Formats: sequence, structure tokens, C-alpha cells
Amino acid sequence: MGDVRVIEVKQSVFAENDRRADALRAELKAHGTFLLNLMSSPGSGKTTTLAATFKALRGRLNMAVMEADIDSDVDARAMDELGVRAIQLHTGGMCHLDADMTAQGLRGLEALATPDAPIDLAILENVGNLVCPAEFDTGASANAMILSVPEGDDKALKYPLMFEVCDVVLINKIDVLPYFDFNLERCRERILMRNPHAKIFPICAKTGEGIEPWADWLVASVRAWQA
Amino acid sequence: MHELGVVFYVIRDVKAVAEENDVTRVDCVTLEIGEVSGVVHELLRDAWKWAVKKESLMADAELEIETIPAVTFCEDCKRDYPTVEYGKTCPHCGSNHTFLVQGNEFIIKDMQVE
Repeated sequence: MGDVRVIEVKQSVFAENDRRADALRAELKAHGTFLLNLMSSPGSGKTTTLAATFKALRGRLNMAVMEADIDSDVDARAMDELGVRAIQLHTGGMCHLDADMTAQGLRGLEALATPDAPIDLAILENVGNLVCPAEFDTGASANAMILSVPEGDDKALKYPLMFEVCDVVLINKIDVLPYFDFNLERCRERILMRNPHAKIFPICAKTGEGIEPWADWLVASVRAWQA
Repeated sequence: MHELGVVFYVIRDVKAVAEENDVTRVDCVTLEIGEVSGVVHELLRDAWKWAVKKESLMADAELEIETIPAVTFCEDCKRDYPTVEYGKTCPHCGSNHTFLVQGNEFIIKDMQVE
């Protein structure tokens, strides 16, 4: 047995990830690539929303997507048809992505990019979960989440951190509002209580309603990032 | 929900500190965890037991957990209050202009080593 001693560490477990995330953000900024970290519950309509978003942005931005879950229903060929490069990320069974996993994905995307078509907008489709992904900085330029009407207007009360870290909340499936006890105004108030700076876009990814203002926000954010 | 993930981060950091300090064996690691960090202690302990077994440096390392109470500060009346009991709304003045001062931490406090 050696000598027993106590080493003071006093180090946040998230500190290393935060450092790597900041480094990744700086690298993305230098490349002119805006990385959006998109989070939501499973079944909120992420894939449909992505497709609608890509359709609205076709010809305006060069886009790419990183899928974080292994059994994703996003068909890479369908994404190709929309002019979007897609790669699959492996989380190794983890409930979230961290900055390192994101950086690996971005390197994969860069391999797909060509010098005359650099990536303006990369969207990271995070693991479907409202708890864990909010805890880990992925190095993204902005965080967005999708809250769908059937999930209820009380989600901002139940998952505070998710709403605090998101710059944008998309309220999806507004076409079914008449069938659910979901109050859009009350939902908006609850989101703003958590995060007064949140941009809120009510959308219906299926019909395309409300997608245009969201797409415009993306274009403006990408241009500001590249400026 | 990400207990296993954070256990991997803790092990990575502990190994780095151990290397810097010529440690041959880690006996115990003490964490300071905020009351509203969302980490479930039982799950964390289970994940810990499973994950440290794979590490020769710390195969039998114990896990100690100390809780940091959650405190929220009210920007309107400039007072603070316990977060778990009152949430986002200040019990002194009813304001929602409040923010968490402490309680979301996940810190490696110290480690007992040989």
C-alpha cells in the first residue's frame, strides 16, 4: 500500500467539454459555417421540419445535416434530392452529443464539401430527448428546439434548461391545434418566462405554414455569422 | 438521464489528474452535485460501479456525493430563496425576474489516492 493522500481537484466536469465547444465554434466561424443544434422530443417532427426547412432554403444556402441517432428515418437520398449532404453520427449509446462527437461529424461533412460549395448551414439533429442534450454544449452557433402541439403547452415548465439554452423554439404541428388542449399564447408566455430572448415560430412542417419566417431567420443568422 | 455519460467524463478527468500527480491507485472520488442538476444519484452510483471496473487505476474506487443546495436570486427585490421549494417565482415579491445562483453544478471536488 502506498501513501494515501487527497488531491483537491475542484473542476467542473463540463469544463473540458465547454473548452472544446468554444474551440469548435471559433473554427466554424473561421470557416463561415453556421452550426445549428436542433433538439426535441422523439416524434416532434424533426425530420419533416428539416425537409421543409431545406426546401425553403434551397438555392439560398449550402446545407448539410448530421443525424445523431443510429436508426434515423431520414433517407440520405431524399436529403440529397433536396440538395443536402447528410451524414450519420454514432453516439455510442449516449443520450446526447458533446463537442467532440460534433467535431467528428463536421470533419465528415467537410470531406463531402467541395471548395466551390462550402457549407453555410450545418444542422445537427441531436438525440430525441429534452433533458440530456441541453446540458452539453456542442459548439453550435445557435440552439433550436421543436415543441409539437400534442406534447402539450406545459413543456417549458417541465424542462426548464432546454428552454433556457434555446435561441429558437419552433412550435410544430399547429394544424392540429383545434384537437388538443394546447394554448399557443400560454405556451409562448411559459417559454418567454424561461428565456425572454427566445424567438418563437409556430409552424406546420407538413403543410409548410410558418416555415418562411423561420427560413428567413436562418438566412439572416447565417449571414450575420459569416459577416 | 445522462449519468453514464458524466461518469465517463469524471473518469477521463480523474485519470488526467492522476497522471499529473504520479498516482498508482484511486481509492475514492468526491463529487459536488447541484440539487437541480438533474442527476439521479442512484443511477450515477450504478453507472460508476460499472464503469470503474474497466479502469485498472480505479477499479475499486468509491464514489462520494455532496449536494450543493439550489439557490435562486430575485432581480426585483434583490433577495434569494430556495429553488426547489419555490421554483422560478420569488416567494418574497412574486416576481419572475429570477435566476439560479447555484445548484446546477457537477464538480469533481477531490480524490483520495495512493
